[in-house]
Amino acid sequence: MIKHLRSAADLDAATATLILDTAAEMAALSGREVKKLPALRGRTVVNLFYEDSTRTRISFEAAAKRLSADVINFSAKGSSVSKGESLKDTALTLQAMGADAVVIRHSASGAPHRLANWVDGSVVNAGDGTHEHPTQALLDAYTMRSRLGRLDGLKVAIVGDVLHSRVARSNVLLLTTLGAQVTLVGPPTLIPLDVAAALSEKTQVSYDLDAVLPDSDVVMMLRVQTERMQDSYFPSAREYSRRYGLDMLRMRKLPEHAIVMHPGPMNRGMEIAPEVADSPRSTIVEQVANGVSVRMAVLYLLLGGK
Amino acid sequence: MAYLLKGVSILGAEPTDLFIKDGVISSDKAGKDAEVIDASGLVALPGLVDVHTHLREPGREDAETVETGSRAAALGGYTAVCAMANTSPVADTAGVVEQVWRLGREAGLVDVQPIGAVTVGLAGKQMAELGAMATSAANVRIFSDDGFCVADPKLMRRALEYVKAFDGVIAQHAEEPRLTEGAQMHEGEVSTRLGLTGWPAVAEEAIIARDVLLAEHVGSRLHVCHVSTAGSVEVLRQAKARGVRVTAEVTPHHLLLTDELAAGYDPVFKVNPPLRTRSDVEALRQALLDGIIDVVATDHAPHAVQDKECEWAYARPGMLGLETALPIVLSVFGEQWDLIADRMSIAPARIAGLAGHGGDLTKAGTPANLTLVDPKARWVVDPGGLASRSRNTPYAGLTLPGRIVATFLRGEATVLDGKAVK
Amino acid sequence: MAQPRADAPSKIILAGSDLHRVVDRIAHQILEKTSGATGTVLLGIPTRGVPLAHRLAARIHAFEGVEVPVGSLDITLYRDDLRLKATRALGKTELPPGGVDGLRVILVDDVLFSGRSVRAALDALQELGRPSSVQLAVLVDRGHRQLPIRADYVGKNIPTALSESVKVALTEVDGADEVKLIGGLT
Repeated sequence: MIKHLRSAADLDAATATLILDTAAEMAALSGREVKKLPALRGRTVVNLFYEDSTRTRISFEAAAKRLSADVINFSAKGSSVSKGESLKDTALTLQAMGADAVVIRHSASGAPHRLANWVDGSVVNAGDGTHEHPTQALLDAYTMRSRLGRLDGLKVAIVGDVLHSRVARSNVLLLTTLGAQVTLVGPPTLIPLDVAAALSEKTQVSYDLDAVLPDSDVVMMLRVQTERMQDSYFPSAREYSRRYGLDMLRMRKLPEHAIVMHPGPMNRGMEIAPEVADSPRSTIVEQVANGVSVRMAVLYLLLGGK
Repeated sequence: MAYLLKGVSILGAEPTDLFIKDGVISSDKAGKDAEVIDASGLVALPGLVDVHTHLREPGREDAETVETGSRAAALGGYTAVCAMANTSPVADTAGVVEQVWRLGREAGLVDVQPIGAVTVGLAGKQMAELGAMATSAANVRIFSDDGFCVADPKLMRRALEYVKAFDGVIAQHAEEPRLTEGAQMHEGEVSTRLGLTGWPAVAEEAIIARDVLLAEHVGSRLHVCHVSTAGSVEVLRQAKARGVRVTAEVTPHHLLLTDELAAGYDPVFKVNPPLRTRSDVEALRQALLDGIIDVVATDHAPHAVQDKECEWAYARPGMLGLETALPIVLSVFGEQWDLIADRMSIAPARIAGLAGHGGDLTKAGTPANLTLVDPKARWVVDPGGLASRSRNTPYAGLTLPGRIVATFLRGEATVLDGKAVK
Repeated sequence: MAQPRADAPSKIILAGSDLHRVVDRIAHQILEKTSGATGTVLLGIPTRGVPLAHRLAARIHAFEGVEVPVGSLDITLYRDDLRLKATRALGKTELPPGGVDGLRVILVDDVLFSGRSVRAALDALQELGRPSSVQLAVLVDRGHRQLPIRADYVGKNIPTALSESVKVALTEVDGADEVKLIGGLT
């Protein structure tokens, strides 16, 4: 088993599949009345969150607690972090506290890589800057697999602000490792340079959502921040929504079986219409539930053994 | 003190004896009362001259001082360094440049030639008192806002014109700021993979293109700092072919390292302009050989530990360079001594207007500013073993060729047996 | 625990029809001891306990026409030696639709040794419901218990040395039916 989960690139196909299979068992166990499993009793998991993300933190916290780990939440607000303590000093503190794993969320890309130099325990990336969010990609893959029965050969369109999206980077890496075919869709300003060479040669790029939809098994809508308008990535929310938003009309272009995903939080009316988000094709609520099972699997596989 | 260097090879020529007396190369080969140095197997180069050094004093004495930086320079074979203006306070007045100049004299290890800021506080708004700095004791000839680009085209034009009155030169840090907002590394495949905001090559090339046209228009000299892209080389090639009075520098790190090194997010590889791609490195090497790029300059940028032991985005850009520059150049180009002497001593001395440096060591009467290199020695870079107060070398653990055995400043040894004399 | 080397000598204890007869006997004993296997659930412990549980259910059905529900109970997350070895992949836990509440659960495993797996299984089972009673059926009991645990149904007692190991192969998993004693003195 790997020691850290810093990037979806840390996972080969066998390891990624093991995580998804383990998550499926975890999901079955979590469904029952008593949700605590003893596997990580005596282990300490620290949630080190430099960015507000209640959803992700709660998901990791629930996952660790269901495996009976001790959980310490270390958030940037109201701690020494806001007093200017460096990541290294914080890492040494966590090390002294005996953290077996540190789940880190940080606004700086690569912060988990830096942290891994300073702690002995496992480092799990819970989102770093505009780099990656590997457990989100795992829960997305899990959701696709449980809805559509497979990942190999699946056609996945990832739509929106790929340039600034850690979810997109991790998904491209993981999905292509597992045999899916990813097409990135968005205005050229929001598709990063050399993206296929950077992430996977199999990745395709399109600027035309309508052309991609009829041949997609999955369409994943990314959150688009309206601040991007000020930076001239696109002229207006209205134009963005017209060209790249998923409304009911566009959703009808999808094949019958296709699903609609969104990592949340959504801008309803911007990248996704409310009726689409609430439609039976949407997996948005499932994604949240699957997040706990996938994170249980990751924590168990990183910390469960010797 | 007089020295007799026995069996030394001047720029790789047949071994000879070199007698240093009264601060100059002497024709008297007897060498009576001289300290004899066995220089067999050693190569004598005119003392190296760096047109781009950050000594951090005043303001960040925890990272470097004029004295520690001077020692690092002497150990690297330098006899003169040009100290950049981005200190605190900024070297934008006669008072600050004279302070730096005086500290250099007191340290006495290399000639410290201050560079003056182009604009007040490096803010890019109002021209600093360039004339006052030029006529001060520091005798400033190079002006630069390095760290920042003089982005305003009108201000750049005026500065280029203004310094003609005292044969000054503007050294431009070419970076269009609107194209590099939040930039962390070279924009390309690696930045996309790492999720770090890109610093596009065009941000450098656009400014160089604009500035050579401005320099041509007003008939002024322009110097381009740390050229880092193949595209910049093409712009310079065309400008030089048209006869524009432009000179350019390249750093040792841009001649060797690439953006792939950012993959582990270790900020020791964060620098501005950023490390580029393999094809940029190849183009820069060729440009230095062709003389399109005139000099190697270190952009020696010491940083305190806490400014590098952190997240990539929060780290300050810059790398140490003085003690490794010659070995890096040797490892890239081999023992091309005439090339090395020109690009690291003669041309930079000419650009900086430093008479007495970059002289002909075969001529009697040449000021004895020189360095002795053992080209066969190999050494492993140990950050803790460097003389700089900082540790941010990107070459830690690398085995490099070429060791500086001795350096002489106006006939006095600043380095002997590979150690600084003070 | 010391494992015999891969090239250690081995001896076949049960094979083919012998093994089938042993399973038949356990099935008969279950019917006898449980008054016809009513109100009973068989839970196999992965890996080889699961096909064994299915075989027992099939034999019980063949003998008396009774349908005994079968499930599987993975004990990985409850093991007390998780941290002594590299992370283990999870097996399946699947309860029959009727669950286990108020029923007699018979845990089925291939080999009974230290008793630690059974202890883990009891913990795992407790999380899943409240059976009226729990029994244990094993194909082989090789002794050397480290906990106060005893099987209700034993296919074959095989006295062993600690330096030996017992390897059960089943057609469903291994392609053949066979019980082997490996290592030690022969």
